[in-house]
Amino acid sequence: MRWLSQVSSITLFNLRSMLQRKGSAAAAIFGIAGVVLVFVAVLSIAQGFRYAMTASGREDTAIVLRSGASSEMMSGLGREETRIVAETAGVARSSQGQVASPELFVIIDLPKRSTNTSANVPLRGVEEPAFEVRDGLQIIEGRNFAWGRNEVIVGVGAAREFSGLDLGGSIEVGGEQWAIVGIFEDGGGISESEVWTDARLLQSSYRRGDSFQSVYAKLDSVDSFGEFQDELSTDPRVNVTATRQTDYYSEQSTMVTAIITGLGTLIAVLMGFGAIIGAFNTMYTAVSSRTREIATLRALGFKAGPIVVSVLIESVVLAVIGGFVGGTLAYVIFDGFRAATINFQSFSQVAFTFSVTPTLLIQGAILAAFIGLIGGLVPAIHAARLPVAAALRQV
Amino acid sequence: MKYAHLIWSNLKRKKVRTTLTFLSILIAFILFGYMVAIKTAFDMGVSVVGEDRLVVRHKVSIVQLLPESYEARMEDLEGVAEATHATWFGGVYQRPSNFFAQMPVKPEEYMAMYPEFILPEEQMDAWLSTRTGAIAGRATAERFGWEVGDRIPIQATIWLRQGGEQTWEFDLVGIYDGAEQATDTTQFLFRYDYFDEARQMGRGAIGWYLVRVDDPDRAAQVADAIDAEFANSPAETSAETEMAFIQGFAKQVGNIGAIMVGVLSAVFFTILLVAGNTMAQAVRERLNEIGVLKAIGFTDGQVLGMVLAESCLLALLGGVVGLLIVWYLISLGDPTGGALPIFFIPPGAFTIGVAMAAGLGLLAGIFPALQASRLRVADALRRD
Repeated sequence: MRWLSQVSSITLFNLRSMLQRKGSAAAAIFGIAGVVLVFVAVLSIAQGFRYAMTASGREDTAIVLRSGASSEMMSGLGREETRIVAETAGVARSSQGQVASPELFVIIDLPKRSTNTSANVPLRGVEEPAFEVRDGLQIIEGRNFAWGRNEVIVGVGAAREFSGLDLGGSIEVGGEQWAIVGIFEDGGGISESEVWTDARLLQSSYRRGDSFQSVYAKLDSVDSFGEFQDELSTDPRVNVTATRQTDYYSEQSTMVTAIITGLGTLIAVLMGFGAIIGAFNTMYTAVSSRTREIATLRALGFKAGPIVVSVLIESVVLAVIGGFVGGTLAYVIFDGFRAATINFQSFSQVAFTFSVTPTLLIQGAILAAFIGLIGGLVPAIHAARLPVAAALRQV
Repeated sequence: MKYAHLIWSNLKRKKVRTTLTFLSILIAFILFGYMVAIKTAFDMGVSVVGEDRLVVRHKVSIVQLLPESYEARMEDLEGVAEATHATWFGGVYQRPSNFFAQMPVKPEEYMAMYPEFILPEEQMDAWLSTRTGAIAGRATAERFGWEVGDRIPIQATIWLRQGGEQTWEFDLVGIYDGAEQATDTTQFLFRYDYFDEARQMGRGAIGWYLVRVDDPDRAAQVADAIDAEFANSPAETSAETEMAFIQGFAKQVGNIGAIMVGVLSAVFFTILLVAGNTMAQAVRERLNEIGVLKAIGFTDGQVLGMVLAESCLLALLGGVVGLLIVWYLISLGDPTGGALPIFFIPPGAFTIGVAMAAGLGLLAGIFPALQASRLRVADALRRD
């Protein structure tokens, strides 16, 4: 109890005298705020990208590609194969039949609005079941395309990032003009970066015959995936692999996420070192400017332990304030920031928004506290070890 | 120079503060090195590509294939020196995250098109005499510990072999080096004749053409002539200089690189600001000592020079050591585990780094130095 009251009285005394040291305290807060800002900002890019890639992934949906293909771009399936997949056990049924959607996936060149340079925009050809498989998809402006007509609908992400994708406009694909008749939303997921149209028209425009690249199949239940996969892999008529949609999307996002988090972590670690030095400098100045006060406390009977703890608390308090400032700045500046990048694995553009999540903010605060603790440790021990008599004599 | 001892003593005066300032400058320059390397990586080496090379791809998008027969037609066009082609194989070595470019090419034509890929002559001969032979860039070979003579199995994702077989095996007959640091040495190249004969579908179709023009100044006209040649055919083309092509691709990555570089520069300058402030503080604290120096006969100019020398010395030491450390760290490889094909600090950046360190020393030192040199001896001694 004595010990605790010693800690609290020294700490309060330290904190109250902080205003007199506002220069060095501000430098420490500033430094740590910078670290947390960068840390949270960079990870929010990775977080946002991952969210865009996985938001539309569902446990009860499987994506079927030709064996060996790691993305839709590389796959190829004939009409017959897509029919066999749709009839496999485990696929859900609705009044229209099996809920399995054969889809065609190509890339068109459109300029990015931000730079006016061309970008690989995904164009997806679908049939009716596509809207049953993705039941979260909603037309928010205009209307759906009409089957058998050169019309397309555009995801909100694509409409935002690429020029020429405005409602009422048109794009050129395969030498023909396609009218843009609607804008759709799909819960922030990957389809929002795409342009959709009637698969049959797209097949003929791309001279693809009656072929597709993937089948999206809605399953009876989350647990039917095993049964579905087993039956497909043993069916001698097809050579395909089924993946749960959630697994497929998270696999697709690994490379970009690895680049962003790899670089981000490196930067944050380096800056962390910088901030530890900053905190160390601040606490060292704080302690050395109060050498006599600390010696007086020791002479009055305060123990070394409470002095160490109180210096550490001061350092951590400064650091956490810095962390809070940095996190707030990151949230204000970067949350909701919109961008698009190429996903190397699907070779097409993904539009996404940076997302500063509570988890990231907590991680930032922990990082700040850690920096404060490490930075305060040596000066704290230094303070406690001061030889009392010599320190009192100091001018 | 005779004041070196005095300057050094001033730096040693508060060892902890000097060390901390030194360390924070050092870290700032390590960050600077990474910032430059990241920028280079995201620009994808645009600065070093051949000016006389064009890339010709399908007009709709690069993933659409072109017929093999275009090569001869292009070579007949005026202004075209030679043409060759490459195709994206997109296979997987062991696991998908081991990403690197694999392409079937015509060995002699491709290596002539890229003189910056340096392959020993006997390895080139081995490649020409081995149908299943392949060569890899130094970076990729080192990444996976490959040596000449190894058999490399690659799982096809796009191009199955006849009979639906997925695994392609290649004999590594050579390892090429880059003529410059910015040369991409991550490619894995194998023979197109072998590929074309063994693939299950798409025979006679290739990914894109590379064209060397006679005169780089007329590259734009040649590109137009190529597009005109194939206009209104089932596979129309889009030709552009290799630089425009790579820039276009780098732009596809979008502003993520730019954001990282922006954030890093902000941090870099903040650290320098704080360090500069500490250095200035160190001088201000001992104005009365400087008064003593002047009282015993040091001139204003000498005092100015000494204070400046002190701050420049500290800044340069921190800057140069930091640059050396980051140069070493970056030579170890990129922090994403091989996802960035080029990752290095261009030599020019070292000069800029040293200049910035000197600039930091001057800026941090100049105001206290002026103050010190203008100081009146009586005022300075009366302080405290």
